[in-house]
Amino acid sequence: MAVTNRQQELVVTVSPHVRSEESTAKIMWTVTLSLLPAFVMAVYYFGPRAVYVTALTVIGSLFSEWLIERMAGKEITLSDGSAFLTGVLLGMNLPSSVPFYIPLVSSFVAVAITKQLFGGLGYNIFNPALIGRAFALITWPRAMTTWFTPTAAFVAMDAKTTATPLGILKEEGMHKLLEVFGDKMHLYQSLLMGHRAGSLGETSVIAILIGAAFLLYKRYISLHIPLSFIGTVAVLTWAFGGKQGLFTGDPIVHILSGGLMLGAFYMATDYVTCPTVKKGQIIFGIGCGALTALIRLKAGYPEGVMFAILLMNCFTPLIDRNLKSKVFGARKEASK
Amino acid sequence: MALLTFKGGVHPPDNKELAAGAAIKEAQPPKQAVIPLSQHIGAPCNCVVEVGQEVKKGQLIGEPTAFVSAPVHASVSGKVVAITQVPNAMGRMVQAVVVENDGKEEWTQLQDNPDYMSLSPDELKEKIKNAGIVGMGGATFPTHVKLSPPKEKPIDVVIINGAECEPYLTADHRLMVERPEDVVEGLKILMKVLGVSRGYIGIENNKPDAIEKMTEAASREPNIEVKALQVKYPQGAEKMLIKAIVDREVPAGGLPMDVGVVVQNVGTAVAIFEACRYGKPLIERVVTVTGRGVKQPGNLLARIGTPIGQLIEECGGFSDSPKKVILGGPMMGFAQFSLDVPVTKGTSGVLVLSEKEYVSAEKYGPCIRCGRCVDACPMGLMPLMLSLLSEKGFYEDTKEYNIMDCFECGSCTYVCPAKRPIVQHIRLAKSLIKR
Repeated sequence: MAVTNRQQELVVTVSPHVRSEESTAKIMWTVTLSLLPAFVMAVYYFGPRAVYVTALTVIGSLFSEWLIERMAGKEITLSDGSAFLTGVLLGMNLPSSVPFYIPLVSSFVAVAITKQLFGGLGYNIFNPALIGRAFALITWPRAMTTWFTPTAAFVAMDAKTTATPLGILKEEGMHKLLEVFGDKMHLYQSLLMGHRAGSLGETSVIAILIGAAFLLYKRYISLHIPLSFIGTVAVLTWAFGGKQGLFTGDPIVHILSGGLMLGAFYMATDYVTCPTVKKGQIIFGIGCGALTALIRLKAGYPEGVMFAILLMNCFTPLIDRNLKSKVFGARKEASK
Repeated sequence: MALLTFKGGVHPPDNKELAAGAAIKEAQPPKQAVIPLSQHIGAPCNCVVEVGQEVKKGQLIGEPTAFVSAPVHASVSGKVVAITQVPNAMGRMVQAVVVENDGKEEWTQLQDNPDYMSLSPDELKEKIKNAGIVGMGGATFPTHVKLSPPKEKPIDVVIINGAECEPYLTADHRLMVERPEDVVEGLKILMKVLGVSRGYIGIENNKPDAIEKMTEAASREPNIEVKALQVKYPQGAEKMLIKAIVDREVPAGGLPMDVGVVVQNVGTAVAIFEACRYGKPLIERVVTVTGRGVKQPGNLLARIGTPIGQLIEECGGFSDSPKKVILGGPMMGFAQFSLDVPVTKGTSGVLVLSEKEYVSAEKYGPCIRCGRCVDACPMGLMPLMLSLLSEKGFYEDTKEYNIMDCFECGSCTYVCPAKRPIVQHIRLAKSLIKR
């Protein structure tokens, strides 16, 4: 038979024989793409230095990935986009003022140490970009808290430095913040658009939300972590953030400032380092929110998003272990 | 009306358009029918014929040796030329009777029953048993066993599974469109055998013509209702179907009868009708021959024992680039290395994937813990953990993640962006853990 003549050409594998179009590389590059609005706003407010800093973190990340994989004799995985994404996220988390060695060293810490030395993609305990940033903050505290004033004038050479809104809030209080920005509406508006001091990609809330909306639409992230994270920060800062007693804080300022939006939508939702089951993700988000509020209101740093996420990363395996998904038809303990 | 469904699942492209429009056509009887003596879950049959013996169509050739077993009948008339070992769909060797077709198409004596509905439940069950009927959706569980629930498990609902959630396959679809009355009759027999007054026919919403025809055929039956289901794989898995239609959860490790339900496939219902009405044993079934690797996809009524290669020839042969031949659907079917494998009672389709449809599963990456498999798992498991633990050899630890509740539907593997062979890891662990 003509048909049987071709049977040696046939491939035999186990089921399923069809696969979805999704791939790790596609996810990584799409997430990277979704950061474009935030990057554009960073360039708009902070000028060429935004490109400079981000380019350095990307180059540092790619080099670190290549170096360790080569030394370990593993397959080079630069094309999966993971190292590139870490580089971009790290750049977004640095001030525009940093000298060149900070992006390079911190991207090495992020990709080489935090990710590759722990086993590579999928095996790291901590969010690589955030460890990179934490390392830089602790090693170069002054450089990492020197913020250029956003100019929106592309080639402003005489860069002035200023404090971040959260810094002002912590050191001098709400009245000073209103003094700097005019009134509440102007304050909110500036925070929303990103006209304020801060890390490159964290300032423009609107740009981050556009990117996040795209990821939600693509179902690459879900709202479980961002909502519980941001919601917890809102409730706690409203309750305990005011000077005049309980429930006199301004949750809107807290939500819109610092790295909360970038952290909640892009850093806390990192697949590898957050819980995989939805109810675990909500616990994770609440934990991130509570720690962020605690640090912002009571600790020495004006901002706590980074440390909050890193601390909750430690709990991810524990959360996953204890909050497994509900098995179909599982008998309830009580009825037995 | 809101479409019924379950939690989890995936949406692979259904590709049903290839064969959905093709009316069921009778395939050429094979020159040599290769009839395995084990085409069902349970004990293989004892061969009751000898080499050289003449047999008629429908004659018993394999006799069950246990309760969970089903008899096997000759699908052509002619001479037994060999009793030998042949590979089955899963690639395991099974004993088979080879009958050389004499072309006479002589039937053995069948018992006609125009008034079959007046038979007692036990008589009907006996007919079903003697006809060798098994679950034709692919699981091939002997039907009479399902119809004999222990006393402490009363059954109050029978569901006919017309979901046909596997992509590409259209055999049940065509049966529902072309023989809706027979499906309803089959259901009525099942309800009578089980003493049940509620019958449902669940059909995925991508088969509006089948829903229409079945609704029309069931319109005279006040106890039978057709339910439209959301198009989602694995909607046709028993537990998912029961959840969708009567909102009952079969307990983990349990059977549908634990929640008072018996589910039978559309093809099985038709076979049940034919067995009770005409006394006809299960010697042929509808097989969808499809995929872009075959020239004219269609639905063939094929004799048990027909080599799949012959069915492919009858559908115009391979197109230019056949890459994989699968018995069953693309999600749970078995890839074949030989085209001599015969059609058996559980063969719902012969799927030929072309070069373009073929996906290589050779390379896979590390798990990025994205959780897509957790969302997709209809059983609420954590496939990523099962896969990771199995990959590292921690087979015993997979029990903690309820590995035995996995029925290997493949949804997790379908969605995995790292292309990990999750189902394969799970199967490996299942076979290696100590029970």
